[in-house]
Amino acid sequence: MQAEKKPQQQQNLLEIKGLKKYFPVGGGSFFKKDNTYVKAVDDVSFYVKQGETLGIVGESGCGKSTMGRAILQLQTPTEGEVLFEGQDISKFKPKQLRELRKDIQIIFQDPFGSLNQRMTVGAMLSEIVRVHRIVPRSEELTYVQKLLKDVGLNPEHYWRYPHEFSGGQRQRVSIARALAVQPKLIICDEAVSALDVSVQAQVLNLLQKLKRKYNLTYIFISHDLSVVKHISDRVGVMYLGKLVELSDKHGIYKEPQHPYTQALFSAIPDVSVQEKKERMMLKGDVPSPLNVPSGCRFHTRCPLATEQCKQEIPEFRETKDGHKVACHLV
Amino acid sequence: MSEHSQLEVKNLHVGFQKKKTFTTILNGVDFSVEKGETLCIVGESGCGKSLTSLSVMGLLPKTGKVTEGQILFDGEDLTEKSQKQMSKIRGNDISMIFQEPMTSLNPVHTVGKQIAEVVQLHEKISKKKAMEKAVDMLKLVGIPSPEQRVYSYPHELSGGMRQRVMIAMALACNPKLLIADEPTTALDVTIQAQILDLMNSLKNDFDMSIVMITHDLGVVSEVADKVLVMYAGKVVEYSDVKSLFNNPQHPYTKGLIESIPKLTEETEELPIIPGSVPNPDNMPRGCRFATRCPHAQPTCFNEVPPLIETESNHKASCWMFDQRWEEIKKEGEAYASRKETAATTEPVRN
Repeated sequence: MQAEKKPQQQQNLLEIKGLKKYFPVGGGSFFKKDNTYVKAVDDVSFYVKQGETLGIVGESGCGKSTMGRAILQLQTPTEGEVLFEGQDISKFKPKQLRELRKDIQIIFQDPFGSLNQRMTVGAMLSEIVRVHRIVPRSEELTYVQKLLKDVGLNPEHYWRYPHEFSGGQRQRVSIARALAVQPKLIICDEAVSALDVSVQAQVLNLLQKLKRKYNLTYIFISHDLSVVKHISDRVGVMYLGKLVELSDKHGIYKEPQHPYTQALFSAIPDVSVQEKKERMMLKGDVPSPLNVPSGCRFHTRCPLATEQCKQEIPEFRETKDGHKVACHLV
Repeated sequence: MSEHSQLEVKNLHVGFQKKKTFTTILNGVDFSVEKGETLCIVGESGCGKSLTSLSVMGLLPKTGKVTEGQILFDGEDLTEKSQKQMSKIRGNDISMIFQEPMTSLNPVHTVGKQIAEVVQLHEKISKKKAMEKAVDMLKLVGIPSPEQRVYSYPHELSGGMRQRVMIAMALACNPKLLIADEPTTALDVTIQAQILDLMNSLKNDFDMSIVMITHDLGVVSEVADKVLVMYAGKVVEYSDVKSLFNNPQHPYTKGLIESIPKLTEETEELPIIPGSVPNPDNMPRGCRFATRCPHAQPTCFNEVPPLIETESNHKASCWMFDQRWEEIKKEGEAYASRKETAATTEPVRN
């Protein structure tokens, strides 16, 4: 569709133009391929500035994680450009990609599944440092121990295995692993979702401290709206593979414009009991991504849907300064 | 008094046999649920909230054992019932909903058959009648076109639908008490809102009591009448829901509420509870929260605080609300200054 207009300043660390990721699904015979696809990410464009945190929220299956992986080239995008510091990394060769990993890192949700259980934390971190030649061999130990201190662990944890840590500590190890290569951009894919509230708060504070200290840029993917609000500068809302709203967080949380965003926000159970707000209850479930509704993808659940919504795909356009919405009614 | 309570748990102790050692996980849990009331049990992972519900259901694993205390359901002690008696009560009088609807539904049977099976097990009715009842139940929980949906397999339903089926199954025999263990944790917020709404309306229709287990304080504020806050196998606060959120008493509850990022407020840094939950094999002798508590005094480390009523319908287990607290604080100060003088006057000998 339309690519996001480049702002005047040349400080976009990452820019995504018309990113698509389709997964072919089985079906058809051996000789005749069936052309059905799950459109996990369908024509998404946005940019991330140096030093900011972009939050991406959406329900399960909306394609937010696939987008994170497509940015990192863990999954090759079907179409579209991923510009990192002006270079289109979707066309990179494996060798170049390897160099790129020094600049972009990812933190996953389940720290237990993403850490090697047979390696001590120290060995694991040293290996990364060695492979990417971050510091000379002789300084490895001190470098890794400083890293552990940075994420709030003890230098003695160098000799421990992942199973000896609690959930929060394991997530700290994951963060240390991402930090080890001194990246510019970190994608946090549900990084705090598996943690208890009190531990979650600790890890969120840590992420913000590290951001200030190392001038990092985050893309923070989560289903938890309050966490995203807390940590992000700008927030994008995804629904069935498309961005439906993107704005700085004050705009989006104070005056959500897209009906889906409004419903999403009103569905969050709030901790204050004083006033029960009027709920905007959505009916039904998210439609299957295999069989995406025509026109606006949200029209099947939208309380305000009109005939136009069923026919035409709404444009993702700017309604206010820096506030973009994909809805016919706005 | 017990005649009015639907469920009353008194001084419950539950532990696990691990090779030669016996580790007590629940240490004196007390609460009661009145008829038509919703009690929420909150706490972080490993605090014993699920274990409490399993004890009530009589579904403890083989190595687990209730060592002390009573579970009174309608005045009868469930801990003294045999397995056979318990399985009659389960599903009929007490039902349970679990977090993961996919793993708790049988993937090789249609959902209609599974609901009908429950009905047939507890009521003497024909297969056809039971199937009709299944359709009714699915209609009740808001599943569209229930006549066709009874022939669906669990994998054909979405997560929210599956949880609705679980609720339908749990309610099929008009239970007096429904235990819901994190029923909405695996669901998206918009679906969660639907399910919570459904549970609230069904509670009124069926006039049942609900014990809801959750880690999400937002959910608590939506559905609860009373709240039980647990920490490391102990009750730290027990209160009605308004009083808990407006005026949290225990330092742990305060910390927990503060550490949630709020939608309405703006904070640069979240207030946190330092440290982590102690290991069950190595619990502090006194208050279990003492190691992380900002107000802890030496007494807190040595003596277990009682559950003290701070306002009506609001109890907290903390020495701060004891009459002796001023004394305890003074003692603590004296202890600290003694330690200080000892450190300054007596240099290290070795």
